[in-house]
Amino acid sequence: MTGDILRAEGLRKQFPGVLALDGVDLSLRAGEVHVLLGENGAGKSTLIKILSGAYHPDGGRVLMDGRPVRIRSAGDARALGIATIYQEFNLVPQLTVAENLALGRPPRRFGLVDRARMERDAAGLLARVDVRVDPRTPVGRLGIARMQMVEIAKALALEARILIMDEPTAVLTTGEVEKLFAIVRQLRDEGVSIVFITHHLEEIPQIGDRVTVLRDGRSVAEVPASTPHDELVRLMVGRPIDQQYPRKRARPGEPLLKVRGLTRRGVFADVSFEVRAGEVVGVAGLVGAGRTEVARAVFGADHYDAGEVTVNGRRVPPGDVHAAMEAGLGLVPEDRKGQGLVLGAAVAENLGLVTLRDATRAGFVDRKGQRSAAAKVAGRLGIRMAGLDQEVRTLSGGNQQKVVIGKWLVAGARVLILDEPTRGVDVGARVEIYQLVNELTAAGDAVLMISSDLPEVLGMSDRILVMARGRLVGELPAAGATQDDVMAMAVAEVEGGRVQ
Amino acid sequence: MAVSSNVLVQRRSPVALWLAENGALVALVVLVVGLSLLSSDFLSVTNLLNVGVQAAVTAILAFGSTFVIVTGGIDLSVGSVAALSAIVLAWGATPAGWPWPVATVAGLAVGVACGLVNAVLIAYGKLPPFIATLAMLGVARGLALVISQGSPIELPAQVAHLGDTIGRYLPVPVIVMVVMGVVAAVILNRTYAGRAMYAIGGNEEAARLSGIKVDRQKLITYALSGGFAAVAGIVLASRLASAQPQAATGYELDAIAAVVIGGASLSGGKGRALGTFVGALILAVLRNGLNLLSVSAFWQQVVIGVVIALAVLVDTLRRRETS
Ligand SMILES: Nc1ncnc2c1ncn2[C@@H]1O[C@H](COP(=O)(O)OP(=O)(O)OP(=O)(O)O)[C@@H](O)[C@H]1O
Ligand SMILES: [Mg+2]
Repeated sequence: MTGDILRAEGLRKQFPGVLALDGVDLSLRAGEVHVLLGENGAGKSTLIKILSGAYHPDGGRVLMDGRPVRIRSAGDARALGIATIYQEFNLVPQLTVAENLALGRPPRRFGLVDRARMERDAAGLLARVDVRVDPRTPVGRLGIARMQMVEIAKALALEARILIMDEPTAVLTTGEVEKLFAIVRQLRDEGVSIVFITHHLEEIPQIGDRVTVLRDGRSVAEVPASTPHDELVRLMVGRPIDQQYPRKRARPGEPLLKVRGLTRRGVFADVSFEVRAGEVVGVAGLVGAGRTEVARAVFGADHYDAGEVTVNGRRVPPGDVHAAMEAGLGLVPEDRKGQGLVLGAAVAENLGLVTLRDATRAGFVDRKGQRSAAAKVAGRLGIRMAGLDQEVRTLSGGNQQKVVIGKWLVAGARVLILDEPTRGVDVGARVEIYQLVNELTAAGDAVLMISSDLPEVLGMSDRILVMARGRLVGELPAAGATQDDVMAMAVAEVEGGRVQ
Repeated sequence: MAVSSNVLVQRRSPVALWLAENGALVALVVLVVGLSLLSSDFLSVTNLLNVGVQAAVTAILAFGSTFVIVTGGIDLSVGSVAALSAIVLAWGATPAGWPWPVATVAGLAVGVACGLVNAVLIAYGKLPPFIATLAMLGVARGLALVISQGSPIELPAQVAHLGDTIGRYLPVPVIVMVVMGVVAAVILNRTYAGRAMYAIGGNEEAARLSGIKVDRQKLITYALSGGFAAVAGIVLASRLASAQPQAATGYELDAIAAVVIGGASLSGGKGRALGTFVGALILAVLRNGLNLLSVSAFWQQVVIGVVIALAVLVDTLRRRETS
């Protein structure tokens, strides 16, 4: 067929113990947004890593403008006009935003790096993606959402013909997703072809033109983006999913977690709330509203200046993770790679990390018991892996997320704080996680769920807290609330600019 | 006949996998076979026992270093701490006149204490392990010289028996090495402290957020390293029946080399006691073989340096291939 800027035919890729791609075709037209859809571990990231030269296929071929091409390295891909934003970030945390944006090809003057120009260029790129951040800030200090925007800016700098984006919206809030879509549409209108991976089905008709569905390493369908959700789910999972948010609300019991006047100068101020037994409390807000910071402070991961945290009537000392856990708190952190996982260790090890202490008798760990517990959770969450001994590093992104959640599910915390729990998780597995949340609350435990996915907050919480600029600005019952209600609260305060 | 290609590509031969996983062991076997062809003396019982005795001190030090390296740290002080521990034991027993068991406990305690000081500087003072243990390398060696006034001190006879050979074929240092190796393997594989070491080395922040008291685990890790160094120092002294303040100079580098040849990663999270044991044997076999082949001491250093680089290079290439 003519008009295809890029075609992949019969791609195969074998990893030890896993056949990641087993005959995948993809056709990409000039000036289209082509969505790749598939369950966690279906092979989406592997496919784009082949297109970007990170992996070499074991079979099949790639054609550009009808001619076979060999993409052996990132350099080859760049020369062919392919730019890629990977699911896992490729930023150097110690370097500044400007340095990251110019990585590998900094502007020079008399043979030396021209810092002034580098920072000017960076400011221009950042303005294009509409993020307000000083180009001289070290990337490691940005939150994960702004890191994603920097990644996008970095890819824009390459002026590519084909832009590949692996789950760019996973870490963004609604407002930022809108900004991203505006950029994507503009690029598309300029004739750039875009490959777009997402697990958010509602984004597909908004941004996509066509969809290629992958299942178990094969491309099973190519359909227009207007295809109904149910049909997409069926193609992807092989069966329909009846209820996306299966929340069973129960009457809340005693307060389990009480937070009073929590304050950390310059970050959040006077945050007070309660979470009751059997309750799911959602926390909504824009990125930078201070939700993650509050969660970390409550859990003892960071210090705070004033306020107090009580769990089940017990005062939790500040800055002491171990004491918080003893009191019954658990935290699934938002940054799975940096804070949630030991990437080089096996799935079994990671799943057993939180229960290590409990599985210890007289200094010795019951590793058999740990392993069988791990096997159970892995089965429950449908973690797609070669085995419990597979290194977590080599799991697909969504399956890594399942491991982070899984390790806390085995731990039996009374109050579980989930920070963006379903980031990058496919529709089927999401429902499985929600079921587990239901089980926890049915057993009288409580969940505090931070999420930038508004439908999720609305669908799974009993009550919603809204944060803006480091303060709690409102609370509303989830039943009957709409996305607009929540956004109005989150944004009003920011635009008013009264706080802090 | 009708084997699906699917199955064919999915299975790599188990032999190939095993070889890839145990590269150091393969290298050791190749080395042993090669040397036994090149030198008729190599495979004699006396010579092999000799190799075992030579490996013992390095291996014991290296087992201790394995703990530290698994957590992503490094301990440069083990050679000096070994010497200091032996000196304290000998000094306590002879000039100070303590009963020998008391002196022995004192020697071991000094090793542990040095490790604890390292850990406090690292965990609470936030010094990089390289710097903290480099300082201890100087301090412990200096103290050994101060206490001994620069000369060897005789070891109590009871302790010196550690250097003996039981019957004709069982050198005590080899027994101590095996026991310490088993202890190290059990700690690493089966205990909370060991599992915590892997987690900390793999991702310290994830370990902390999983409820592991990282600072406390580091105390245990460096204390173990110090304790193992003390044992190594005492074994070394027992072979000469006297403690030397300059003993074990530079041994920390052999220990690190053994750990790394054994497959551990200096960035943490990886390493096994068995690997370290094989690494220590490779170094000892190599030294012994080069001696038998009358290679000059100068060239020996060159060869050993090249072997260390090769071992790690092969390992890195292998890892890159499988990932
Ligand atoms: N380097 C690797 N070594 C071994 N297995 C791997 C490696 N990379 C990927 N895999 C395996 O290949 C399969 C496909 O992974 P891939 O990352 O392409 O999935 P994905 O479709 O992007 O999933 P997700 O939606 O979770 O990101 C998974 O089973 C994964 O475990
Ligand atoms: Mg992926």
